[in-house]
Amino acid sequence: MNYRGQVLLFGCSTGGLRALQRVFAPLPANFPWPIAGVCHVREKGEWLLPELLGRCCHLPVKGALEKEQMQPGHLYVAPPGYHLLLERDLSFSLSVDEKVHGSRPAIDPLFESAAASLGERVVAVILSGANGDGAQGARRIAERGGICIVQDPATAEAAEMPSAALSVLAEPQRVVLPLEEIAPYLCSRGAEADG
Amino acid sequence: MKEIEIEEVEITLFLEALRLRHGYDFRHYSRASLRRRLLGLQRLFGVEHLLDLLPGLMREEGMLARILAALSVPVTEMFRDPEVFLALRQQVVPILRSFPRINIWQIGSATGEEAYSLAIVMAEEGCLSQCQIYATDINDAALATAEAGIFPVRKMAAYSENYRLAGGKGRLSDYCHAHLDVVEMNEPLRRAMVFAHHNLEADGVFCEAHLVMCRNVLIYFDRYLQGRCLALIRESLVRGGYLCLGLQETMDAYEKKEDFYPLERMLRIYRLRSEGVVR
Repeated sequence: MNYRGQVLLFGCSTGGLRALQRVFAPLPANFPWPIAGVCHVREKGEWLLPELLGRCCHLPVKGALEKEQMQPGHLYVAPPGYHLLLERDLSFSLSVDEKVHGSRPAIDPLFESAAASLGERVVAVILSGANGDGAQGARRIAERGGICIVQDPATAEAAEMPSAALSVLAEPQRVVLPLEEIAPYLCSRGAEADG
Repeated sequence: MKEIEIEEVEITLFLEALRLRHGYDFRHYSRASLRRRLLGLQRLFGVEHLLDLLPGLMREEGMLARILAALSVPVTEMFRDPEVFLALRQQVVPILRSFPRINIWQIGSATGEEAYSLAIVMAEEGCLSQCQIYATDINDAALATAEAGIFPVRKMAAYSENYRLAGGKGRLSDYCHAHLDVVEMNEPLRRAMVFAHHNLEADGVFCEAHLVMCRNVLIYFDRYLQGRCLALIRESLVRGGYLCLGLQETMDAYEKKEDFYPLERMLRIYRLRSEGVVR
């Protein structure tokens, strides 16, 4: 596969599932970008996120597998207990390196690896969450020419994560949107790039 | 040239220097994981650019060991994924027990928590005395910690819970004694263990093994090196021997994966076919 387009990433924690449903449910089945992200989860116990998210999405949703290559219009979620990293050929690498911000998977390792591998092809979405994970990775993405869409903290169940990202980002790499406007924005950007 | 491409050139040059000067070849490690470790290495040495490390890499004594330690950050715990140890105890050890001598090769032992966990299972199943656990790693500093068998006491509560879920028959504290803020693993466990330096990328078969534990090692490699390692493991196993991988790892990168069949597919416990091997 020689996909050369944008890659959409997301990060969230507390309140993340509801935010993810609002962002991804409206995307059409022919949405052109591959999507991957991290929602903080407990390492032990049942992992329902792919199913809960998949039920309300037109896109196929699944746990990311080791060395699996991202496909356009598919949505992948980091499995519990592993950091998710992205290689230049859009394949995933997993890692059991130390927790970051008390979590594994964490958002920073995914964002940082994508920034280093893919540079300006990265579009990241930072949603509701109760700690500052993702901010450092978002800054790295911005430094390498990628775009960071941040949920307006006023519309987030937990404002700390989007607020932390906002504090390290500047225009034009930073786009702040209320939750319900993120999906339309992604659709128009995706259609633009596609056409 | 874009910044991400310049960084890629720097990494290529650094890895080439490491390979030519010291014979350690990291070119087939997962680039994304390696990049993260290399950033940690830069922070550790307080250098802005990776190539600032080259003069030291060429001529400074002890530099190689520090670099290898930074590139293989040990992260492990006792009875990690307890359900795996429970399955080994219930399904694999009863078969292993019939061998007069049991060799276990534990690859990527880091600081040894997993090797000690195995030794405890073998002790509780009554076969520690016939068992030899070879635990190998590329990181000599981690191996020294493993050999000393001394772990922080603050981790023991979590390890005890893992031990219980892994079907532990007594208490974890039966296998160690506490000194202030550390615990030291008991001598009988340590007698069954050998810790040794081994580089999966370059070295050959380490021993003839009845069980190989190689968990969360392959995820740090690319598919080429994964395939090579699985071939090496295949070569080291006796017929009917067992292989245990990490929960997110598969044998997809190995061309002769059909030589194995899954004993517990979800737990990544495989057995090498003893006859009628598919070619």
